Amino acid sequence: MTTIDAPQSRFAAVVSRTTDAFTSPKSGPVLVTGLLFIVMFVAGGVRYNGFFSATTILNLLVSYSYLLVLAIGMSFVIISGGIDLSVGAVLALSTIIAARGLQVGLPPVVVIVLILVSTSTLGLLVGLMINVFQIQPFIATLAAMFLARGLCYIIAKESIAITDPFFTSMAQPIILGPRLSITASVIIALVALVIAVWVLQYTRFGRTTYAIGGGEQSGTLMGLPIARTKVLVYVISGFCSGLAGLLYSFYTLSGYALTGVGGELDAISAVVIGGTLLTGGYGFVLGSALGVLVLGLIQTMITFEGTLSSWWTKIFIGALLLVFIVLQKVLTSRRA
Amino acid sequence: MPDSANPLAPTEAVTTAPVVEMTDISITFPGVKALDGVDFRMFPGEVHSLMGENGAGKSTLIKALTGVYSIDSGEIRLGGESVVFINPAQAQAAGISTVYQEVNLLGNLTVAENVMLGREPRRLGGIDWRAMRRRAKDVLEGLHLHIDPNSLLNSHSLAVQQLVAIARAIDIQAKVLILDEPTSSLDTEEVAELFRVIRSLKERGVAILFVSHFLDQVYEISDRLTVLRNGQLVGEYLTPELLRIDLVQAMIGKELTALEDLGSRVHATEKDEEADAKTVTFLSAKGVTRKGSIAPIDIQVDAGEVVGLAGLLGSGRTELARLIGGVDRLDGGQLKVNGKVLKLRTPRQAIKHQIAYSSENRRAEGIVDDLSVRDNIILALQADRGWFRPIPRKRQDELAASYIEALNIKTPNADALVRNLSGGNQQKVLLARWLAVAPRLLILDEPTRGIDVGAKAEIQKLVYSLAENGLSVLFISAELEEVLRLSNRIVVLRDRRKVADLVNDGLSVDDLLAVIAEGAADSEIKTGAAS
Repeated sequence: MTTIDAPQSRFAAVVSRTTDAFTSPKSGPVLVTGLLFIVMFVAGGVRYNGFFSATTILNLLVSYSYLLVLAIGMSFVIISGGIDLSVGAVLALSTIIAARGLQVGLPPVVVIVLILVSTSTLGLLVGLMINVFQIQPFIATLAAMFLARGLCYIIAKESIAITDPFFTSMAQPIILGPRLSITASVIIALVALVIAVWVLQYTRFGRTTYAIGGGEQSGTLMGLPIARTKVLVYVISGFCSGLAGLLYSFYTLSGYALTGVGGELDAISAVVIGGTLLTGGYGFVLGSALGVLVLGLIQTMITFEGTLSSWWTKIFIGALLLVFIVLQKVLTSRRA
Repeated sequence: MPDSANPLAPTEAVTTAPVVEMTDISITFPGVKALDGVDFRMFPGEVHSLMGENGAGKSTLIKALTGVYSIDSGEIRLGGESVVFINPAQAQAAGISTVYQEVNLLGNLTVAENVMLGREPRRLGGIDWRAMRRRAKDVLEGLHLHIDPNSLLNSHSLAVQQLVAIARAIDIQAKVLILDEPTSSLDTEEVAELFRVIRSLKERGVAILFVSHFLDQVYEISDRLTVLRNGQLVGEYLTPELLRIDLVQAMIGKELTALEDLGSRVHATEKDEEADAKTVTFLSAKGVTRKGSIAPIDIQVDAGEVVGLAGLLGSGRTELARLIGGVDRLDGGQLKVNGKVLKLRTPRQAIKHQIAYSSENRRAEGIVDDLSVRDNIILALQADRGWFRPIPRKRQDELAASYIEALNIKTPNADALVRNLSGGNQQKVLLARWLAVAPRLLILDEPTRGIDVGAKAEIQKLVYSLAENGLSVLFISAELEEVLRLSNRIVVLRDRRKVADLVNDGLSVDDLLAVIAEGAADSEIKTGAAS
């Protein structure tokens, strides 16, 4: 082999490794999402004034920190091969508990603990229902969705404003620089993201979650703690929904039974666009975060466009979902 | 491989205590006694083959040992101590490691994870991926498997996946390694490689349970054999002391059923055929094949003829039946029915051409548990008519009543759920379903498996009289007696190839056994030459 060949073959190796990465069901979809995000961001920057800036990104984070947290919980569930339809309703329940609890004079700490414990418990019940009685996740979480939404109306039919000083302080922007600001919610969501990445990648619980999505039967035969993991996944989703509700109440400073209608669908969309396979087994939490940003970017671009109805957001998201599901199908069936 | 003969000599290790001792194991599933008082033992440093036809109880025994099923009675002793495993994790922790037939690994994870999952090295509270990859790589290289431990398991061939599964078992430091059909997806060289690994494990004192339907492989690798049949123990033998033909006979058995009155179908029909010499070919297949399923095969079925398919499990009996029944698509070859070339893509098209396939898998691919006897009987007919032309209820009742009477289906009434019927009666319901569409060729895959002797006799009689009336039947059964009794011709398959096409002219079970076993001997010569 001559010296001239070496760089060429190295180049070829890089090319083949890149194609491998893009056609792998593991990393392919998330890389496509990453590219899509960059293209949209740059294209938006070319088309609209003041789009291509850190402000846009930070605004996205502020507006969608609650969706990011929902998507984190949803990632666990979908990677394990399940689905959680209750997250939107649980988010609403959590805002109502917050508003009502503060209204009757409970201290903020108690309210926060109450929310996180009760939503985690709901998740635990759903997980047990799925695991012990072998009920389809779709059905079990649908029941939880109706339960949570119903509870919202029992606690309060009307919107309740939040005036608690701690909650209002959480809504205040934290100034990072000229025209650059975030909120405490963003920090909380990002911390949750880091923890989720670590759990999924570096703990046995996380790897077992992937194992369940890849093949529950095989996982059982390999001696993995499938049952425990499956229940825990729904506890995490419940906890994340509660936390997301909390962030939402920081953001809106109110609790209302009708918030978060369709929130579960936004979360699922973000996760799928972020490259997680709907049938489970493949996906990254960071991909879901990217998915949230892409959804937010679509919304922002339509706002910048000005003349378009905001319903176009839904149409674009729908089209994008379709493309990603087909892409996943192609990537996984090619390997089979 | 001249040197490979030596380690095969049976380790006369009866002096050492068995590492696994299962005594009087029974397991009952609803309606079936899957295991009936079976004894089984394994010695350290020995390869023990578990032999038996489909439904003999091999998998059940393995699953009893590995904690997948719980036993109804009996005792399992591991290293002399009585153990009860309630899940596979416990069995694994106790040193019993299993590589299942369908590779039970996780294709969505990396090779390294599949080797190490559940035992990942950890650092700072998290999984240490680098150490994990290194350790997996070491184990894999010990098996001469040089693959990137970071690649997805899915991206590798089945053979490699199989070796990864074995690597996992080795890393667990198993005392007992169970290999359930490990070679079914491997080629000759890969098998040789696997056997090299098995021998080195043997030297380390691992007890290995080997299940394979390739007789030559069994004879090459195992020291001891245990044969099961219909959930019962036939016997335990030292491999060199058991002749191949005796093994096959032990596996298949000679069943003396209450069938003597049936006589031999052959002689009766021979007269008929002599009477009208104009036999009409209903189906003729030339070189039909499907990749990975069956090698090109020629087969012909005349009108009113019963053609038996004989061969061991995995010889391609069912695969051929599925091709003709339109369940699987042909990769090559030609299928002619009544002289017309057909391209069957679905069973539905096959039914349109009056070919009905009754699967060997009665529960999963046959009856619909939660429907009534009547609904099950009319199902195929209704599907054939199309759902917009429902069969009038009155006609349904008539059909059901006539078949219940004609086939002597024991059911309280036509509205009873099929799940509550016995296996034999379920099988009759299936037969009724296919007879209702008035087929010209009926493919019966193991119609008498797992049903009691009386029902078996009735089904055999039915096949006999159907053929008398001009129906062609392709009859598949693991029981040679039955095949001999019913078939005009017998096609013998081995290793997914046709090895003989015999006119059943006074053939005996021993004749057939010889063809099947001899076939196995041939293939040994072939693999010997290749390696």
